[in-house]
Amino acid sequence: MIYFDNSATTKIDPAVLATYQAVSEQFWGNPSSLHHLGDQALQMLQSARQQIATLIHCQPDEILFTSGGTEGDNWIVKGTAWAKRDFGRHLIVSSIEHPAVLNAAAALEKMGWAVTYLPVDAQGYVRPEQVQAALRDDTVLVSVMAVNNEIGTVQPIREIAAVLADRPTIHFHVDAVQAVGKNLLSQVLPERVDFATFSAHKFHGPRGVGFIYAKRGRQLVNLIDGGGQEQNHRSGTENTPGIAAMSKALRLALTDEAAKAKHEAGLRQQLINFLQPLANIKIFSPLDRPAAPHILCFALTGVRGETMVHALEEADIYLSTTSACSSRSGVESGTLKAMQVPEKLATSAVRISLDAQNTQAEVDQFKQVFPRIYQRFQRMNGRTND
Amino acid sequence: MQYTEITVRYGELSTKGKNRREFIGRLNGNVTKTLREFPDLKIYPKRDRMHIALNGTDSTAVMAKLRQVFGIQNFSPSITISKDIEILKQTALAMMQELVPAAKTFKINTRRSDHNFEYDTNQLNLLLGDYIYDQLPQLTAQMKYPDVTLRVEVRRDGIYLSSQTIKGAGGLPVGTAGKAMLMLSGGIDSPVAGYLAMKRGVAIEMVHFFSPPYTSERALAKAKALTAKLAPYVGTINFIEVPFTEIQEEVKRSVPEGYLMTVQRRFMLRLAAALAKKREALAIFNGESVGQVASQTLESMVAINDVTTLPVIRPVATMDKNEIIKIAEEIDTFDLSIMPFEDCCTIFAPPRPKTKPRLDKARYYEEQLDGAALMARALAGVKITEIHSHDEFMQSDQDQIQSIL
Repeated sequence: MIYFDNSATTKIDPAVLATYQAVSEQFWGNPSSLHHLGDQALQMLQSARQQIATLIHCQPDEILFTSGGTEGDNWIVKGTAWAKRDFGRHLIVSSIEHPAVLNAAAALEKMGWAVTYLPVDAQGYVRPEQVQAALRDDTVLVSVMAVNNEIGTVQPIREIAAVLADRPTIHFHVDAVQAVGKNLLSQVLPERVDFATFSAHKFHGPRGVGFIYAKRGRQLVNLIDGGGQEQNHRSGTENTPGIAAMSKALRLALTDEAAKAKHEAGLRQQLINFLQPLANIKIFSPLDRPAAPHILCFALTGVRGETMVHALEEADIYLSTTSACSSRSGVESGTLKAMQVPEKLATSAVRISLDAQNTQAEVDQFKQVFPRIYQRFQRMNGRTND
Repeated sequence: MQYTEITVRYGELSTKGKNRREFIGRLNGNVTKTLREFPDLKIYPKRDRMHIALNGTDSTAVMAKLRQVFGIQNFSPSITISKDIEILKQTALAMMQELVPAAKTFKINTRRSDHNFEYDTNQLNLLLGDYIYDQLPQLTAQMKYPDVTLRVEVRRDGIYLSSQTIKGAGGLPVGTAGKAMLMLSGGIDSPVAGYLAMKRGVAIEMVHFFSPPYTSERALAKAKALTAKLAPYVGTINFIEVPFTEIQEEVKRSVPEGYLMTVQRRFMLRLAAALAKKREALAIFNGESVGQVASQTLESMVAINDVTTLPVIRPVATMDKNEIIKIAEEIDTFDLSIMPFEDCCTIFAPPRPKTKPRLDKARYYEEQLDGAALMARALAGVKITEIHSHDEFMQSDQDQIQSIL
């Protein structure tokens, strides 16, 4: 099996699974309990938090645990809007954000907030000057993702941070879900960033757990109220095994990340070199602008993405039509639409997303398999199109 | 800069006449214990200073530890060179180069104990001052309050240069003032009282009352962790835990509510005094601050202090809470102290304790109890632990946790 769909989810690392199991068996007390079992679990929780804070260079109280990326995005967008509703009701989000941000913003729009959806250029980049132009006196949030999940653009976060330098009260949110372990975090989390979203299963952690970075002193209204866990910011009995496993997965993901990113970028470049000369192949991922090392989005014109996915699946190669979240519902890619890619071409798009564990042999195998599929579709296209 | 030696200047003890030898001897012992983890150091306690030869050890780590030793006025890391005027000039320049541009003004301060050296003090001051001024024209010589004073000392075995003087902890070497018991509850005040006792040269042993199941293991662990925070000033501290459950239950059973606290405290002080006698301590220290709570009014002190003739010393008696907290933060006990566990002072606390208890009544109520037997049983159950600064009490599972993460 060749798994090229790592932006959809990654396979849990056996060592991370071992952590999950060890914590489930040995630290299963409720961290809020007063007795020894609770104390142990609390220590585990706080050590996991400390480790994550150290890894992403912040304070432990700036790390808040969630159920994953979608909750993190919703919390930051809605929590900001509610916390700052007396100061302004205007949000700026890029038009290529993950649906968790876009639909949270849309929900607020229905409740009376104004939302500016920032356009992107033809290669899928937000332009800092357009952020500048969109700013209003009542703007309370700017949300731009670090790495686009569909085509892999690395957004100009530092330049946007510079635009926001003299508007310190605006919450600047960066969805960093796709940026972990790709040697990008220091670049996409400059000092000006107030909030960032992370999800464990994108870096070989378990499903159903994530965290947000929330800068000290920044206010968010709670999304989930209850027993007052997470410094009274996010209630619900802590997912201690998931959190500990995520902490371990993050440590592993960030170990040697430069070497791993280089390996992935090398594989990606080979795939580009292989695909680019082929007629009727259109590559959407950036070739000469800042790009994540692991994402490659392309289309074979005239062949629906879905068809390509199934054709490759027959050869035991797994990838997806742009983002896995929306691929089942059959809607076209939001990012490609924002890039003004014609609808017909956009529905042909597929995404390869790599991981450090992918090998040269797998890429070679892909290069062997793909021409057969390509020629079969070309013959068919020839009949229908000419 | 790779320093070769640290010169330690003594504090108040310089003025202590005949006791000087004992003070220096004690300080030498304390410094040796504190710096035990650095095997390559060589310590030379001289009459007017102490010299610590680094022999390649990193000076930053050594100085961080040294800062906690009482009886030290200040210290300077220095470089030893051979008695060669060219090497002297080059080394002086290299040291000054590290300090610009932060430093704008400087002064050379030479001392010469080797009077056979070819230049005298004034000549050396001028020679080095000129040389540095020529090489680093951005610096100005200034005699009064310069940013940097480069100290040059010509001794028989070489020339010593230093440019930094770091403030020491002050006070007197711990142990020179004898030994006392500290009543350690686990709150903010008592660790500060212990710190201040040690600062005046008093060696302390901790007396902690513990009442399971009314107080938890975690409260006990917290008191031990606080002791570990104070241990670096002396090396090790004995922690004495006194079982107090039976006394508290008996007092609760037979003493009227308004006097519960007063009688309890009388037992605590009496136990501390008994331990002091047994362990040859000369005084009792505690963290009481006048008027802070009901048990700390002057009337309460009269009613409680009655049980012993030993000096009961209250270093924070006249401090405001904020002043106490400031010290607790400096000595890094504050965050531990505020962890919310029940301690002996809070359980059985009556809703309306007498703020002005009467001594005669306290004595009268106490007579209803078999005090001698209660005391004897508590003292028989005492447990003593020697605590080191690196001991971990609050995070007992850390090794396992770290291996899982």
